[in-house]
Amino acid sequence: MGFFTRFLIPNPSPVIYTSMVAIGITILLIVFGLTHFKKWFYLWSGWLTTVDHKRIGIMYLIAALLMLFRGGVDAVMMRAQLAIPDNKLLDSQHYNEIFSTHGVVMILFMAMPYIMALMNFVVPLQIGARDVAFPRLNAISFWLFFMGAMLFNISFVIGGSPDAGWSSYFPLAGNEFSPHVGTNYYMIAIQIAGIGTLMTGINFMTTILKMRAPGMKLMRMPMFTWASLVTSVIIIFAFPVLTVALIMGTMDRLFATKFFAMTDGGMDMLWANLFWVWGHPEVYILILPAFGLFSEIIPTFSRRNLYGYRSMVASMVFISIYSFFVWTHHFFTMGQAAYVNSIFSITTMVIAIPTGIKIFNWLFTMWRGRIRFTVPMLYSIGFIPLFTIGGVTGVMLAMSAADYQYHNTMFLVAHFHNVIIPGVVFAVLGAATYYWPKMFGFMLNERLGKWAFWFLTIGFCLAFFPMYITGLDGQARRIYTYSESTGFGPWNMVTFIGTVLMAISFFLIVYTVYYSIRHAPKDVGDDPWDARSLEWATHNPVPEYNFAIIPQVSSREAFWDAKYKGHELFKGDYEKIHMPNNSGGPFIMSCIFFVFGFALVFSIWFLAIMGLIGIFVCMALRSFEIDHGRYISVEEIKETEAKYGGVNK
Amino acid sequence: MKELFPAKQVWGFVFSLILTLAALTVYFFNMSKAMGMTIFILTAFIQAAVQLVVFMHARETDDSKSIFMTLYCAIFLAIITVVGTILCMIWGWTY
Repeated sequence: MGFFTRFLIPNPSPVIYTSMVAIGITILLIVFGLTHFKKWFYLWSGWLTTVDHKRIGIMYLIAALLMLFRGGVDAVMMRAQLAIPDNKLLDSQHYNEIFSTHGVVMILFMAMPYIMALMNFVVPLQIGARDVAFPRLNAISFWLFFMGAMLFNISFVIGGSPDAGWSSYFPLAGNEFSPHVGTNYYMIAIQIAGIGTLMTGINFMTTILKMRAPGMKLMRMPMFTWASLVTSVIIIFAFPVLTVALIMGTMDRLFATKFFAMTDGGMDMLWANLFWVWGHPEVYILILPAFGLFSEIIPTFSRRNLYGYRSMVASMVFISIYSFFVWTHHFFTMGQAAYVNSIFSITTMVIAIPTGIKIFNWLFTMWRGRIRFTVPMLYSIGFIPLFTIGGVTGVMLAMSAADYQYHNTMFLVAHFHNVIIPGVVFAVLGAATYYWPKMFGFMLNERLGKWAFWFLTIGFCLAFFPMYITGLDGQARRIYTYSESTGFGPWNMVTFIGTVLMAISFFLIVYTVYYSIRHAPKDVGDDPWDARSLEWATHNPVPEYNFAIIPQVSSREAFWDAKYKGHELFKGDYEKIHMPNNSGGPFIMSCIFFVFGFALVFSIWFLAIMGLIGIFVCMALRSFEIDHGRYISVEEIKETEAKYGGVNK
Repeated sequence: MKELFPAKQVWGFVFSLILTLAALTVYFFNMSKAMGMTIFILTAFIQAAVQLVVFMHARETDDSKSIFMTLYCAIFLAIITVVGTILCMIWGWTY
């Protein structure tokens, strides 16, 4: 029995047993459903083996929505526990696990894949390419992310979840203070997903630099493509630090090395340092694509071109470099001298300037525009004031002397939710609505979408503004209970009500999708929003090869100018199109990665070595594989285009 | 014959061996820590440059400009990260 006891969870509760049963039933239902409807082959040939950037984008989107649900359930449980003083809903261990997984899931397995979904789907279309530069690598990226996320998510039913916070600081995360396997899950699952993200960065940097349509110079690229390029650069420079830090942390936990130990020459605070060397650029990896998405949505629904294109690009490039100069502001109270803190205070405040420039540019874009209040535009308009409040409190936190008061309080929690929710979540929800017809060929219901927006926005304000107040009054984060005499009770109840509104908004969004699948008209045309950039020049939904004829770009807003100024986008005739072949390799290799990671978490060395050999065998097979791709013939293109009503000239 | 002989690569190989030997002296001879670190850092950077230019062909394609841009950017960020880390973990450490 000794072997199996390690898989038991350390703090079982009825909730967890219920989840186990629910997970089991769900898996059985999926298997039964796939078999009953004879969909196994469709799943394998259409999705698991696909290298098509559009399908990979859609899979990222589905994964992100699932993770949004998981992280959201964590959030609701946390706020329910805090809603009244001295609550007994969760014990402290359970609460620790929930806030740790909430953070990791929301940042790495919700926000990141949501951004990746839109990058994957939109960027090749925006630059007039047929796919990304390395389609199969793209599939590996997705499956590694997915397996990493799944490995992390099974932690709460097998072995126990990480409980040292989403930043997992040593020495708390070391074996001495976190003896059960939770933190192993953290180290290894994030490592696997992180490798995938790093590959995505390389892939998109190459794609954007090398595969733009003829005539699209760098300064003619749409803003989201610019944002994706800059983001890819940050990924390439920031993620290796995380990789190294996670390897060191894994070694400390599994092989008794002393990198982050308090004895034997280890530096316990080095983890915090390395974590934030990656962690601060990471928040810009999330927010810059979000800025790019707003820069696509706002001009479209204001019927004006983007104000200050060059300053937008310059401020993004500036932010990308500068994001590496500020990380120490996450641990002002760690013990370094005042002059060190002052340096990082100033660098942090400076980064508000380019962000401010972008805010003004969006406002000037809307100024005297003919604004249409669609769902994507509502999210963008809601974003500006709310994000600015988050930015201002950020500058407050940047003052290192004052930070001693704010540090690790609910004020900080309110601040970063105040930038991430209106910044990233509003952007991806708005953009998912905006690009929905591009992905699936029908629109999402506007009326329901607006309800979801208002529930989310009001819920957000109710949930997070009270935290500023209790935080300044001294309510610390990551503490599972508080006494009635602190007076935090009523504010926390308001927060809980806000959380419930946000949960309702999530279900409204899911219902919107369901409702629109059932009732929305299927013929919305190729350009339902009267948009401006190249992705709308092809059909809805996009054919496999994206563009039947590669577009010729001669201005910044290629599609708008083609519509209203008579530029010709598609010159010449159909030619046969070279496309990459599907492959099961990425999926199989990532499954082996999953087994390898699972074996490492539980120190099952035999299985881990087998897994490692399996991974190397996959890579070797790929190295010797000869695959020249395939061609789509002119006849096939003509057939497809005729079905869509001809190429948009 | 002269065109066929890869003189650049041969010299690069010899040079990288010499650099390795130079770094090895730190182990075999008794010298101050500062001296040893200086030798390590110098030989490491020259070694990296030799590898990039001679064996990874960083200067031989049309896009060498973007390769070097990325490279300088990476070196710059690496220096910022290392100096910043030393700044808060060692020089400015007050506990």
